[in-house]
Amino acid sequence: MTLTIIMLLPLVGAGLIAILPSAQERLVKQVALATTIIVAAATIVKALNFNVDNTELQFRQSYSWISSFGINWALGVDGIALVLILMSVILAPIVILGGWNESEGGRFSVKTFYILILVLETMVIGVFAATDLFLFYVFFEAMLIPIYFLIGGYGSGERAAAAVKFLLYSLFGGLLMLASIIGLFVISGQNGEVTFDITKLSELHTGMSALTQNLLFLGFFIAFAIKAPLWPFHTWLPDAAKSGSAGTSILLLGILDKVGTYGMIRFCLEIFPDASKTFTPLIIVLSLISILYGAFLAIGAKDIKRLIAYTSISHFGFITLGIFAMTTQSQAGATLYMFNHGFSTAALFLVAGWMILRRGSSTISDFGGLQRITPIMAWSFFIAGLSGLALPGLSSFVSEFLVLVGTYTRYPVAAIIATFGIVLAALYILIPVQRALHGATTPGNENLKDLNLREKIAIAPVIAIIVFLGFYPSPLLKIINPAAAHIVQQQGYSDPAPTMNGGK
Amino acid sequence: MSTFITPVLNYAMLAPILVVLAGALIGVLIEAFAPQRSRSSSQLLLAVFTLIVALLALIRTRGTYSNKVAMNSVTFDGAGYLLQMSILIIALIAILLLADSDKFAAAPTAAPGSDEERQAQAANIRVTEIYPLTLFAIAGMLLFTVSSDLITLFVALEVLSLPLYLMAGLARRRRLASQEAALKYFLLGAFSSAFFLFGIAYLYGYSDSITFAGIAAAITGGAANDVFLLIGISFVSVGLLFKVSAVPFHSWAPDVYQGAPTAVTAFMAAATKVAAFGAMLRIFYVAFAGDVWQWRPMLTAVALVTMVFGSLVAISQRDVKRMLAYSSIAHAGFLLSGIIALNKSGLDATIFYLFAYGVATVGAFAIVSLVSDSSGEVSDLNRWAGLGKRSPWIATSFAFLLLTFAGIPLTSGFVGKFAIFSAAYESGNTAILITGVLSSAIAAFFYIRIIVLIFFKDPVEDGTSVVIPSMYTRITIVASLIITLVLGVFPAPVLDYITQTAFFLR
Repeated sequence: MTLTIIMLLPLVGAGLIAILPSAQERLVKQVALATTIIVAAATIVKALNFNVDNTELQFRQSYSWISSFGINWALGVDGIALVLILMSVILAPIVILGGWNESEGGRFSVKTFYILILVLETMVIGVFAATDLFLFYVFFEAMLIPIYFLIGGYGSGERAAAAVKFLLYSLFGGLLMLASIIGLFVISGQNGEVTFDITKLSELHTGMSALTQNLLFLGFFIAFAIKAPLWPFHTWLPDAAKSGSAGTSILLLGILDKVGTYGMIRFCLEIFPDASKTFTPLIIVLSLISILYGAFLAIGAKDIKRLIAYTSISHFGFITLGIFAMTTQSQAGATLYMFNHGFSTAALFLVAGWMILRRGSSTISDFGGLQRITPIMAWSFFIAGLSGLALPGLSSFVSEFLVLVGTYTRYPVAAIIATFGIVLAALYILIPVQRALHGATTPGNENLKDLNLREKIAIAPVIAIIVFLGFYPSPLLKIINPAAAHIVQQQGYSDPAPTMNGGK
Repeated sequence: MSTFITPVLNYAMLAPILVVLAGALIGVLIEAFAPQRSRSSSQLLLAVFTLIVALLALIRTRGTYSNKVAMNSVTFDGAGYLLQMSILIIALIAILLLADSDKFAAAPTAAPGSDEERQAQAANIRVTEIYPLTLFAIAGMLLFTVSSDLITLFVALEVLSLPLYLMAGLARRRRLASQEAALKYFLLGAFSSAFFLFGIAYLYGYSDSITFAGIAAAITGGAANDVFLLIGISFVSVGLLFKVSAVPFHSWAPDVYQGAPTAVTAFMAAATKVAAFGAMLRIFYVAFAGDVWQWRPMLTAVALVTMVFGSLVAISQRDVKRMLAYSSIAHAGFLLSGIIALNKSGLDATIFYLFAYGVATVGAFAIVSLVSDSSGEVSDLNRWAGLGKRSPWIATSFAFLLLTFAGIPLTSGFVGKFAIFSAAYESGNTAILITGVLSSAIAAFFYIRIIVLIFFKDPVEDGTSVVIPSMYTRITIVASLIITLVLGVFPAPVLDYITQTAFFLR
């Protein structure tokens, strides 16, 4: 199966759902679940054929799309893109299963919910697999529309306002990026032939003046910094995460926001190596602020979904730090971090969603004593929380460690400051765990039901992955490391001695 | 005195214009002699038939170009061919909207509120003058895009404008607003025509010629008085910028868009824009190209102000037709950047953008004409709240067209925006690129606000509903949606065709 076919599978599922009768809600859900499982299986099978020693883009496909602008339908993956696609397609069925009833009682029909999710899945695969800048941009922007309707249509509270805030922030960033893309397009035309091929675009920087390169870089970087919210572009995220349903928030924070950090690697670094160097100090400072600021906000958060959003801001700070620290470990750590963050966020949001559904409130202090009443739910939340604070033995520890070690060899001060983020993480996870799970039972919680079978099936693979990769991350690192090393090399960096060779 | 030269006309290339004019004249005869009962259907049939024949006549001329179609006054070239085709296709889609004759005044000449009007309404009189008027306007537009001398250009301008002034005043309901719109449009239009004519006089004084080629030669020669040239260019530009509703010559647009019958607004907003920008392209690319260093800063300033102003003011609009009017002003700013680019990609991009925008505009206004209560159309945005719940299909279509205007990928608007901004940047105009992108962001704000209103607000129970579209309106909406989607997803054939075809015979 080619990447294109895998990518179009969810669309087929969406089309199938569209022709089902609206009354058959159960069938609609089953078709959606089946589609995402098939996509996940197909992707995993495909991934087994991935040659880890090859740092070139693999599974390449290219068809002419808009020839007069040199635009191709070009797909291909390297280790980084492959890992992120794997994360997305594995999370998709979990989101559907975990949020089985989220589609009901929304503003639009049940059918619409699953059509939106499946269309989104197609676009997510496309955005990670695109090797044509224009194609990437098309998915990058078009993807906003389904998630916008998911937040606004099936969320809670001030959902419409949150959806609009999210969309406007993203559109603004996207349009800045469009300006840069047009700039690149014209420059590529002046250097011979108009093209959007990433490999060819990455050769253009030698002919650009520093000013041009810096401006174009900023267009891309701001768009990505809004997407994977970096301080000070983060304010849309807590609102969107709070208002979206749990499933939507997983899609948004777990998957879509990764497009931002992925874009930084794929476009900011590869196309503008010199500008990346120029802006590295600034970006490292922003990352550190994000790490600490997100953590402080999380400590003060009263709402459980906002809490997860704030922790994510902190984590995105780590990822960005790893990307721009420019060592193999930090780069590989950042990619692994993206993968792990997807799963630990999914676990947190899944359990939080179930807790909120049962309790009818999302305020942390409303959940006293869950440990006794709903032990399985409480334990799941506890493990998810520990993964969020990067406890050794859980997957996020490996990635956080790699990022810190990799950063330390080049920017020791930054690494030391970032380490405080870990200390704060213990606070922002353990305090709510204590409040929500332990202590006296808050009135109103006595009759809460524990997880049912469907919910157990949904959370089990997430926790399994978190624990498994915590002990044995090497299958993923094998895929990631060559790609990460290749990018660091491309930037003209070599790893400073002594290398820790972590995780290899 | 020289001897009289017999004019030589190339009838094959003039055929589209002549066919439309003939159709209009037959329409007048039908209006005068056919029985009232059959008028409406025969007029519609005639208009559609005329446009199709004109389109076929146009296609027959493909590949044959000449700058001596009517002596030196009409030039038929690739760009003219594409522009005429755009106008005819847009007109064909838009004219079906006129079929809902209950939207037009029963007795247009009667004073609003008079006995005469009441009697006409009671007798359920339906007038169908609108069809020949539309055809006359189309003929003027067709000529406007291929005129290559200033006098012909002026005649075409008047031929296309006069029917539009009348049509704006034909609304059946809220006739005072409609007549006010017509009068405003007429007075300001006449004023700008005067400027235009004044500019022509100066250009003649400068170059001793009224043909575009003659003016271009005079600019290249550079012997004459530059002040005359500058005044001439400025004043001719004023006339054209008025037609495309660029700031500061835009003030008529919101009132006219709002007051005119929605079907007329649809046609006017889409087709006039193609014609006016078509003429602008030709005059700036052919006649004034040599003087680009003088007019580019001026036109750039107008474009920047137009984009920003249109986008900003649209935010505060409470009426969907006024909002679309301001959005069209912003789009005029974007389109101007294609003219300022003054390169081949600018020409291609402008033509593509015009067609894509025109088609989407017709569709959007067609949908506006459907939302109504017992007393007529409802264009107050607050009463559109919750439309998505009542009529999901219409609401989704409208949202899609709004996303097109906002330039979201996979719609024709995005391809157009990309093409036109890259042409502007190619000509070295970074200011246009950055301002254009930023005002697109502002514009996105109000398009999205409407989407929020339609989908995420609860409906107000005040009798506002979507009328079931007639078959004709349905065709219009579906055609507009399909073209917009196809141009967004598979624009390559059309883009390639435009790239191969578009050029100016100088």
